[in-house]
Amino acid sequence: MGTHAPTGLVETAPSASPATTPPAGVDDHGQRDLLRLATAGSVDDGKSTLIGRLLYDTKSVLADQLSAVERATAARGGDDGVVDLALLTDGLRAEREQGITIDVAYRYFSTARRAFVLADTPGHVQYTRNMVTGASTAELAIVLVDARKGVLEQTRRHAALTALLGVPHVVLAVNKMDLVGFDAATFRTIAEEFADYARVLGQPGVHAVPLSALAGDNVVDRSVRTPWYDGPTLLELLEAVPVTRDASSEPLRLPVQYVIRPRTPEHPDYRGYAGKVASGVVRVGDELRVLPSGRTSRVVGLDTFDGPLDAADAPRSVTVRLADDLDVARGDVLVPAAEQVPTGQDLVGTVCWLTERRSVAGARVLVRVGTRTVRGLLRDVDARLDVDTLTVEQWDGVDTRYTIDATDTSTQAAPRSLGLNAIGRVRLRLAEPVVLDDYATHRRTGGFLVVDPADGSTLAAGLIGPTLLDRLAPVRADERDDDWLAGAGI
Amino acid sequence: MTTTFPVTTTTTRLTQLDALESEAVHVMREVAGELERPVLLFSGGKDSIVMLHLARKAFWPAPVPFPVMHVDTGHNFPEVIEYRDRTVTELGLRLVVASVQEAIDDGRVVERPGGSRNPLQTVPLLDAITAHRFDAVFGGGRRDEEKARAKERMFSLRDEFGQWDPRRQRPELWDLYNGRHRPGEHVRVFPLSNWTELDVWRYVEREGIELPGIYFTHERDVFARDGMWLTAGTWGGPRPDEHVERRRVRYRTVGDMSCTGAVDSTAADVADVIAEVAASRLTERGATRADDRASEAAMEDRKREGYF
Repeated sequence: MGTHAPTGLVETAPSASPATTPPAGVDDHGQRDLLRLATAGSVDDGKSTLIGRLLYDTKSVLADQLSAVERATAARGGDDGVVDLALLTDGLRAEREQGITIDVAYRYFSTARRAFVLADTPGHVQYTRNMVTGASTAELAIVLVDARKGVLEQTRRHAALTALLGVPHVVLAVNKMDLVGFDAATFRTIAEEFADYARVLGQPGVHAVPLSALAGDNVVDRSVRTPWYDGPTLLELLEAVPVTRDASSEPLRLPVQYVIRPRTPEHPDYRGYAGKVASGVVRVGDELRVLPSGRTSRVVGLDTFDGPLDAADAPRSVTVRLADDLDVARGDVLVPAAEQVPTGQDLVGTVCWLTERRSVAGARVLVRVGTRTVRGLLRDVDARLDVDTLTVEQWDGVDTRYTIDATDTSTQAAPRSLGLNAIGRVRLRLAEPVVLDDYATHRRTGGFLVVDPADGSTLAAGLIGPTLLDRLAPVRADERDDDWLAGAGI
Repeated sequence: MTTTFPVTTTTTRLTQLDALESEAVHVMREVAGELERPVLLFSGGKDSIVMLHLARKAFWPAPVPFPVMHVDTGHNFPEVIEYRDRTVTELGLRLVVASVQEAIDDGRVVERPGGSRNPLQTVPLLDAITAHRFDAVFGGGRRDEEKARAKERMFSLRDEFGQWDPRRQRPELWDLYNGRHRPGEHVRVFPLSNWTELDVWRYVEREGIELPGIYFTHERDVFARDGMWLTAGTWGGPRPDEHVERRRVRYRTVGDMSCTGAVDSTAADVADVIAEVAASRLTERGATRADDRASEAAMEDRKREGYF
């Protein structure tokens, strides 16, 4: 961390030299791998300029897009012919008119080594909702700070959400180094403060890069103005972080999406379970358990349109055939027969509340885990996390005292309830058992949605089991006894 | 079990195209599993052809479990209609045609003299969705195409008027797609959201997918309008002041003939096209679509009204 090269990354990247666009006329035919990343920061930090620079320097901005931005800059009375690269990323009319970014935008660029899907999340407006969305699929998050301002409340907020969502790698981009004279001490102070904070959050894989997005220092090319920095440039880091997890070290989870039964003359009796391997590897011959029913069978075939496989790693989509005629349906999860995988009807987890209607204790909801949707009762909210201060407000006992007006969208802290963008711990009782993988160790299967049964809207996104919230507010011994859950049957 | 298969070797590392393919297959299976009456928009353009190919892969060895729909402006390239009809027959698909001409004849839409029929597709599209009670409509839209598309979800909820409200989009986390909706509403689903134009071409190459011939170089009588090479057809032709010449061209996109332009090209096969697209300094819509040049928010406005 700090000014040292991240040695763990260098090992996975044999060549440290930046590889930008492939030579003209050479195409890799899609053989490179794919990294999904998210950016967090505000326009003030130079985020749009940074993204614009990544797109521009990797030749991902084409002439007509650039001329449209030039026209828009001029129409807005842009000064001295400097193109406002922020306009490249603001897609909606309201965003351009108001000069703000409302929604997550997805951008695409690639180098000779890698293709990138970048989720650009706004820094100010509805930051929690947008950031958790972008971070949920990201393998890496870029957190941007202004070198003149250092680590701000907003920086801490972005880091907290990144840690909450379990993003494996974080790059602190210390931008506008040109405005502090490329001062090494300034960079080190900011990098160390952020590293300390990341330790509190339990965030692994933190790297810091001193850069100037405007001038291009250490974004794609190494800067001669930071001789004291011997680490990689931002793009080198993006190219070097490992994307392929070691699937064989993870437990298999394969949520069944769809049962394939052709009933055609060629395949009269075919029955296959279609799904994407969420984590781990499935192999022909594996003994699997079907959850929640608990029945077991053996894999006799892994079929694809292109021919059968003898093994399939996450995140490949396959169709599994089993030796026995079991009652397997959408919503079931295939897991190793030998593993004790937790299932149950009582779900405790952390949610980000995503709508303006406040949470209501006792609300009847739908809960989506993997491919399974079950009815549920939102029993209680018993803690709330303030991501700005990293403090947790905890409430004792079961809340039955308050009736909350569901139309109240005020930001006033209503008791025992979560408003838009709030993060809290909930207890849900489910009508049927589901697989309860802890999000902290099972990022691909430990997430869930809370859905409004009336109009289908997504009310909240949740993480099963202990999260950052619990890390920051260790449950007191007298609260650890969850007898009330068993006793207070619905 | 009557089916036996030889076993091939393990594939471990997923390339970019493998990852995009798996994501699209996953999205299609989610729709088939969660929604009752899906339909796949099939224009005979390359994106919809790739989408149909992915649908075959997603449900194999079963046939594609939903029909396809073509919103027919009446201003079609004959090669594309031939391709459409042949594909539908070969795969045993059910084809629904939503006709702009019929909508004009019925008075449901009014044709603008000399104007493109592209924006007129919205009414017959929505009418067909209502008439067939489709609750999920697969579209081939990609986020790299246009700035408003860059903000759209994989599963995009449309109200009973087919409208898209960017401020009321559902957050989309992990791969938990939420297609629930009230009666009368539907979802548009974009399995190719994360693909770029080059990814589509590389995939066409890898999979050996056949495309209509107009995507490759051919000689054609064209005339210049709005900086594009247009070709005469049932929609109309050159004005007296517009000069017709014979050129070697190809199409980067396929849409209504009146507003889809050809580009000068000698690209004879997929490999040539990939080299050309990789070297191009213009986006495909910027180069060949008059309808997107109307304003900075042309696509956003059309999407709000229920367009693809």
